[in-house]
Amino acid sequence: MIAVAGRRRVVWAPTLAAPDWTLTLLALALSVVGLLLVWSATRMGGDYGLLIRQAVSVGLGLVLMWFVSRCDLRVLRAYVPLAYVLALVSLAGVLTPLGVRVNGAHSWIVLAPGVQFQPSEFAKVALALAFAVPLGELRDGQSRPGFGGVLLALVLAAVPIGLIALQPDLGTMLVFAAMVSGALLVSGAPKRWLLVLVAGAAGAGFAAWKLGLVRPYQLERLLVLANPGADPGGVGYNAAQARIAIGSGGLTGKGLFNGEQTAGHFVPEQHTDFIFTVAGEEFGFAGAAAIVLAIGVLLWRGLSIARHSASPYGAVLAGGVVSWLAFQTFVNVGMTVGLMPIVGVPLPFVSYGGSATVAGLLAIGLLQAVHRTKAMQRL
Amino acid sequence: MLRLVIVAMVATLVGRLWFLQVISEAEYVQAATDVRIRTVPVPPVRGQIVDVTGRPLVTNRTRPVVTVDAVALAHQPDGGRAVLERLGEVLRQPYRQIAEKVRLCGPEVAQPCWQGSPYEPIPVAEDVSAPVALQISERQQDFPGVRTELRPVRVYPFGAAAAHTLGYVQGAKGRDGLEGVYDRELAGRPGRRDMAVDNTGQVTRTLRQDPPVPGNTLVTSLDSRIQTIAEQAVARALASSGAKSGAAVVMESQTGRLVALAGLPAYDPAVWTDGVTAREYKRLPLLSQAVQGEWAPGSTWKVSSVAAAANAGYGLGASYDCPSGYTVGNRVFRNFASADLGLMTMHGALVQSCDTIFYRLADQLWQRGSEAMEKTARGFGFGEPTGVDLPGEAAGAVPDRAAKKALWRATREESCRRAVKGYPEMADRGRAAYLTAIAKENCRGGGVWRGGDAANFSIGQGGVLVTPLQLARAYAAVANGGTLHSPRVGLKVVKPDGSTVKTITPPVAGRLPASAETLRFIRNALSQVPKEGTAEGAFKGFPFGKVAVAGKTGTAESFGHRDTSWFASFAPDPAYTVVVVLSEGGRGAEGAAPAARDIWEGIIGLAELRTFRPESGSSRDQRGPSERDQSTQERRTFRPESGSSRDQRGPSERDQSTQERR
Repeated sequence: MIAVAGRRRVVWAPTLAAPDWTLTLLALALSVVGLLLVWSATRMGGDYGLLIRQAVSVGLGLVLMWFVSRCDLRVLRAYVPLAYVLALVSLAGVLTPLGVRVNGAHSWIVLAPGVQFQPSEFAKVALALAFAVPLGELRDGQSRPGFGGVLLALVLAAVPIGLIALQPDLGTMLVFAAMVSGALLVSGAPKRWLLVLVAGAAGAGFAAWKLGLVRPYQLERLLVLANPGADPGGVGYNAAQARIAIGSGGLTGKGLFNGEQTAGHFVPEQHTDFIFTVAGEEFGFAGAAAIVLAIGVLLWRGLSIARHSASPYGAVLAGGVVSWLAFQTFVNVGMTVGLMPIVGVPLPFVSYGGSATVAGLLAIGLLQAVHRTKAMQRL
Repeated sequence: MLRLVIVAMVATLVGRLWFLQVISEAEYVQAATDVRIRTVPVPPVRGQIVDVTGRPLVTNRTRPVVTVDAVALAHQPDGGRAVLERLGEVLRQPYRQIAEKVRLCGPEVAQPCWQGSPYEPIPVAEDVSAPVALQISERQQDFPGVRTELRPVRVYPFGAAAAHTLGYVQGAKGRDGLEGVYDRELAGRPGRRDMAVDNTGQVTRTLRQDPPVPGNTLVTSLDSRIQTIAEQAVARALASSGAKSGAAVVMESQTGRLVALAGLPAYDPAVWTDGVTAREYKRLPLLSQAVQGEWAPGSTWKVSSVAAAANAGYGLGASYDCPSGYTVGNRVFRNFASADLGLMTMHGALVQSCDTIFYRLADQLWQRGSEAMEKTARGFGFGEPTGVDLPGEAAGAVPDRAAKKALWRATREESCRRAVKGYPEMADRGRAAYLTAIAKENCRGGGVWRGGDAANFSIGQGGVLVTPLQLARAYAAVANGGTLHSPRVGLKVVKPDGSTVKTITPPVAGRLPASAETLRFIRNALSQVPKEGTAEGAFKGFPFGKVAVAGKTGTAESFGHRDTSWFASFAPDPAYTVVVVLSEGGRGAEGAAPAARDIWEGIIGLAELRTFRPESGSSRDQRGPSERDQSTQERRTFRPESGSSRDQRGPSERDQSTQERR
């Protein structure tokens, strides 16, 4: 009904195919699970403020997802320069007095009291759209992007990465790097570019360490990963408490709202970056693995969309989006189960956070747009 | 390529979750419990110690204590500083002092600090006055986390009476005396409270509560009245003789139960309640003279020597000469006061306390190579602990051939060193010369049990040491026909509801190596001592018709000190054995015997009281422990004592009497 009604109004998208319902339903399910977990993690104290905010974010994200999914790729493509510039401006904006410092990083812009957003989350959307342009819009006769295209894509990525480095926000920087790598892979660019990228990243990391740009706590987080028992009261506290919460969940968990570790707030940041510990404790292995599997299936669908995309642009866009979500999922869940160092990235769809939630659902919208734009090849 | 990455990623994460949540679940459940649950012990009310009539010797009393909840304090915006400052004003304590009591001990926080759990209320002031307690409870908004509660503390209705026997409690643990030996019975079982806490340590709810089980009451065979009588008698004797320390033991001859154990100097165990400083601790007379004091027994020892003579074939009724001196080897051993008492039987030797008869006996036995004296002494229970239910009991000493040789071997090197060097550090020149002479002798040769050693041994000198308790049980055995008991203070353990948990019976430790006939002979002789023998003066006018007290005086020389004064006695009815010793108390007849008479008269007085007012004594032994302790309702916590748990024993008061008499 809605689709029919929409089709009548959205005149600029006449050739859309049916959406990938699995994708949408998985995103929706993960968002609902996320709401339950946020509720569980924040309900002690009787304050529903965070839950309501997250519900509003999910609602807004779903609306935007629906809207974007109904856009023809060519229409979206037209807005790429604008989105990219807006992303850069807002990323620069957090470094101005408009920005707010949270947990040691300038990553927020306050629009009005209580209304704030994280430009880096939307920059992920903009970046996915932007570097798909040089990598996906091939000149005649090209089957894969040439030197110029790859270089342009890297430059397009380097500018926002540089701005985020100034915040500084290591997690988001790594997400961007993963997106670029994924997009390059999907675009069919020569593999040596990936090697260049890896070498560059290693060189940059080494330089950062040598120049003293790596914070001591970041180094300690790495060391804690190697030796989980070390310093459980200090740097290792997060990691240890997260593993305790998840491990004590057992096979089937303690039941929603019954997690004692969750109720006692032993895991810091448990409604944001460590939301997965709530799932692990209250839903057990069954629930936690189901969440991981759900995201895995979602990503698999995303890759299918990339493969069957009607245009290289759509394929590269989908590849970037999938890399983004995959990297965040692996790093986020990995750090809660002690496989990855603690890096501040949210779990897509599930973690509390308005910007991240909306950006995640927008990403699904982008995948749907790629999926539905069948007629691209003919134009 | 990317598909592979996705599959690998999902597989890795799910595999890791399987490991954490399914394989390692138990480990993490335990860790979660450790993080989330705080267990606070709820201390039980400690049982009372009562005397044989049910009078409490140790009981509990409640007193108001102001406590602070460290967790609640930490949640104050200023960490509780304002609260503690206000509290300081009310309690008239400086803020710093309270803050130090409340802070938690840690690797970087040294004493003073709180060593217990942060979830336990921390006492900051004890025994506060009612207005202060009221002020705090009425102004709760000013004192969040501060409470006044009633806590039980140990009280001693009889003050210093039987202090050493009772022991004391430190940090909820019984130390020394009965508190230590019967700690398991008295302590009860602590309850526990499991509380769920959040990440800030705030208690969210109580998960489980096990009420504590109060401790059982220890009923002792001590009679607080006789105990008081004995202590007063010893105290009077100390005062009149100028002696430093003394002890009295009153034992039921037939059973081995202890009725009174007096040891002076003593102290009021209430000092432990408020904590003892290191300086106070050093000055406390912690040694129980009755159980841990050792002295040469002097002539009280002769009951053993007479039995040895009988065992060696000497006729007890035969005549023996009691000259003023007897030569052993090349040395003359003198009779007491060098008196020549003429011919007498063994009866007379005991009554008149002739020494020379025993010198000759010992010399003859020694020449025969007989160890009858030493063996008999061991058979009387000397030289080994009695096994009484009190800690730190001394063994005494029964020297013999082997022991002397071993001692000589062990000390030869030192003797030779001293033989050359002498004792230049000693101020007393005469004594230094004497000791140097002994050292020379012991360096050249020694370790040989000579006739002189045997002679000294026979009259309770020459390295013989006994505790008052050992002597009491030996005399009790003489009185009861030869049964040596392992004495007991504990009579029974009774639950708070009055039911008996167990009855304590003094076990039989052995039989005296003496025939019934010999024992009858000794009893007969000793019955004459207070009437016409050495204790005649002390017992002049004593109502022997009421209580036929028999006894033996003892005057033991102690090198460098005044004589040790002994009197060991018993009666057929009431069948008690009473032993009194006064260290440096002079002659037995002058110091200890009058004190023993005091005790016997006190016992007679009580017996008469019982006869004339039967209602006051009829319930004796049947009354359960007093139920007057209202504190059983209250949660009881002992204030952790700040005193260190260093060695319980004070410096040994063992005197120099191990030196040989020459």
